[in-house]
Amino acid sequence: MSFSKVSRRGVMKAGAATGVALATPTLFTGAVWADGHTGFTNAPGEGSVTLGFNVPQTGAYADEGADELRAYQLAVQHLNGEGDGGMLNTFSERNLDGTGILGRRVEFVTGDTQTNSDAARASARSMIERDGAIMITGGSSSGVAVAVQGLCQDAGVIFMAGLTHANDTTGKDRRANGFRHFFNTEMTGRALAPILEGLYGADRKAYHLTADYNWGWSQERSIRAYTEGLGWETVNSVLTPVGAGDFSSYLTPVANSGADVLILNHYGGDMVNSLTQAVQFGLRDMQANGVDFAVVVPLFSRLMAQGAGSAIANIHGSTNWHWSLSDEGSQAFTRSFGTEYGFPPSQAAHTCYVQTLLYADAVQRAGSFNPCAVVEALEGFEFDGLGNGPTLYRADDHQCFKDVLVVRGKENPENEYDLLEVVEVTPRDAVTYAVDHPDFVEGQLGSCNPGA
Amino acid sequence: MESIILQLLNGLDKGSAYALIALGLTLIFGTLGVVNFAHGALFMMGAFIAVTLNMLFGVSFEVEDPTRTDFLGNVMMVDTPYVVYWFGEDFGNWLIDWSVPISVLVAIPVMALIGVAMERGLIRFFYKRPHADQILVTFGLAIVLQEIIKAFYGANPIPTPAPEAFVGSFDVGQLLGFDPFAVMYPYWRLVYFFFAALIIGLVFAFLQFTTFGMVVRAGMADRETVGLLGIDIDKRFVTMFAIAAIVAGLAGVMYTPILSPNYHIGMDFLVLSFVVVVVGGMGSLPGAVAAGFLLGILQSFASMSWIIELIPGINQVVIYLVAIVILLTRPRGLMGRKGVMEE
Repeated sequence: MSFSKVSRRGVMKAGAATGVALATPTLFTGAVWADGHTGFTNAPGEGSVTLGFNVPQTGAYADEGADELRAYQLAVQHLNGEGDGGMLNTFSERNLDGTGILGRRVEFVTGDTQTNSDAARASARSMIERDGAIMITGGSSSGVAVAVQGLCQDAGVIFMAGLTHANDTTGKDRRANGFRHFFNTEMTGRALAPILEGLYGADRKAYHLTADYNWGWSQERSIRAYTEGLGWETVNSVLTPVGAGDFSSYLTPVANSGADVLILNHYGGDMVNSLTQAVQFGLRDMQANGVDFAVVVPLFSRLMAQGAGSAIANIHGSTNWHWSLSDEGSQAFTRSFGTEYGFPPSQAAHTCYVQTLLYADAVQRAGSFNPCAVVEALEGFEFDGLGNGPTLYRADDHQCFKDVLVVRGKENPENEYDLLEVVEVTPRDAVTYAVDHPDFVEGQLGSCNPGA
Repeated sequence: MESIILQLLNGLDKGSAYALIALGLTLIFGTLGVVNFAHGALFMMGAFIAVTLNMLFGVSFEVEDPTRTDFLGNVMMVDTPYVVYWFGEDFGNWLIDWSVPISVLVAIPVMALIGVAMERGLIRFFYKRPHADQILVTFGLAIVLQEIIKAFYGANPIPTPAPEAFVGSFDVGQLLGFDPFAVMYPYWRLVYFFFAALIIGLVFAFLQFTTFGMVVRAGMADRETVGLLGIDIDKRFVTMFAIAAIVAGLAGVMYTPILSPNYHIGMDFLVLSFVVVVVGGMGSLPGAVAAGFLLGILQSFASMSWIIELIPGINQVVIYLVAIVILLTRPRGLMGRKGVMEE
């Protein structure tokens, strides 16, 4: 072979071909390809993009739903460059600049889940099919979250879960198109058990009242596993219907059951009623087995505390986030929300606001609204500045791992919002469980579905 | 034994609410022959009278307190209720604290007006229509009323506490010779039971010992003959509708500290109360009261954990099971008149 046969034109052709070949992977996963790709459900036009906020506006969890909706509206304002920007200013990523998402103004539609899986699926379907929503978010019930997550997977849109605490959401029922920022019952068990041991010792007898649905079962299973791990005995556990209202029939046997701890695996309006009635029946003030009787609320929230009034005094539980946290992100969100609405945000509001920002940022980084590009951008994503310290969206199950708070109801609150005090911030490592944890191992993410 | 006494007390408490609503329902059916599906809405409206009065007493103006800061770090605005400003700290706070019992006095005229308006404005046009029409129109009315309440008060339950003097539990066990703290029962629930007994007693005394009541009872038995005697029975029946509305409203007012009211609280009670009326016997006042307490007690005992373990879910269906058995074996209900529900 002679070098004389290598022409200058040939070298240039070869160089160009090599360049194209090397650039190809970038081209097909990057913004150039993505922008031109519209083969997915509800690909937005040039002007705007529609998000679907599906929250309980009626029913036992309506308080949470109302606050979630406020947070979503605030997130939309900030994404569109209105207001003070909230946590856009503290988020470790700097891709969102107040010009919407990928240059599209953010619009939204809302639905009422009624805390009912069928109603939630119907409203989510309507938002996807009629209103062209490209992402569905919301919840306040694990049963609803699991149902809507499945629907979004089939429809080919992203589901950014709101308040859903059952293990199943990112365990048995996990889906590739679904993501959860909120913590779960396994994390509650891990965070709460050491505190309970410190407060009440290792020799206690527990009585569980449990909401009879997906979340209640998950909560009871986790808290039982960890309290029994401490050495506590479970005296009895009784399932109660959601929205029972009057829990007196379930509470009266507790006093003479031999138990010295009542664990209320209830949430929302049910928790308000069961905790208030437990106090009315004198359980918080009585003695059993020679010790002070204790009441524990594994999943606590400021909204519930407000509903239960003075009944919360000295009651312990876990929470995803609290407005009194002093980090920059939490303060920015509390200031922004408080200025807009006149009261501090709940943990439900926080998780929903954060989910909206995380979705917008993922689209921005992916350079595409294609659900598969968004899934890729969120999997294994590490971030900070959104209120819970450094956080990881684990790729294996789409669950966020971050610090978990243990809180206590204040005995003498200074004002109507100053109801819970943070007694422990359990670090992320302490609440992180293995991917093959028995409670989660059944689930399969499957593949992302871009839909149309 | 302690558990049985506690469940009995619970049953009497639940039964009090069922009996009060069922009493009004059966009064209306017995006198006017109307199946009133809006009766639960009257219970709800009573509850919201208590909520409204509590809110009105709480209306306040804000004053800056420079020594305190709010959650945003701003100088805190401290609320002072107008009633405290006008009537002084002691009486003003007493009014707020006792807003639920005071609501009873407000509820009597308000519920009477609502009852008369409902009867004159809508129900009277359906006296001669089939029961199916009556059910449809009154059910529609109930939905309208609950949507109005939802629009004004929102969807969330609104806590309305009992007076401070009734917070806590009474040691019922010590009265019965048990160890201290063996049978503790909340004061307000005991108040509710005695209040219900008083109202039921007053309604029966009114019907039994007054001329008005005698005419109404005669009209319930034979409307035509009473009419032929020159008595305007319709006028008296309007009064009975108002009385039924007052009874339902008072039941709602006094229930608010037990269960924070929301817009669908009436609907939650309505279905159970209809079952109570059917079990007691349509049109039978003693039947409604007896069945109310009976089903309340049964439901309470069915919620005991060992019974639920034995028959899962029994607590949620026991009332309907009893209704099925009663209707199969005695279609007129426990104390119903022969012929009613037997055709």
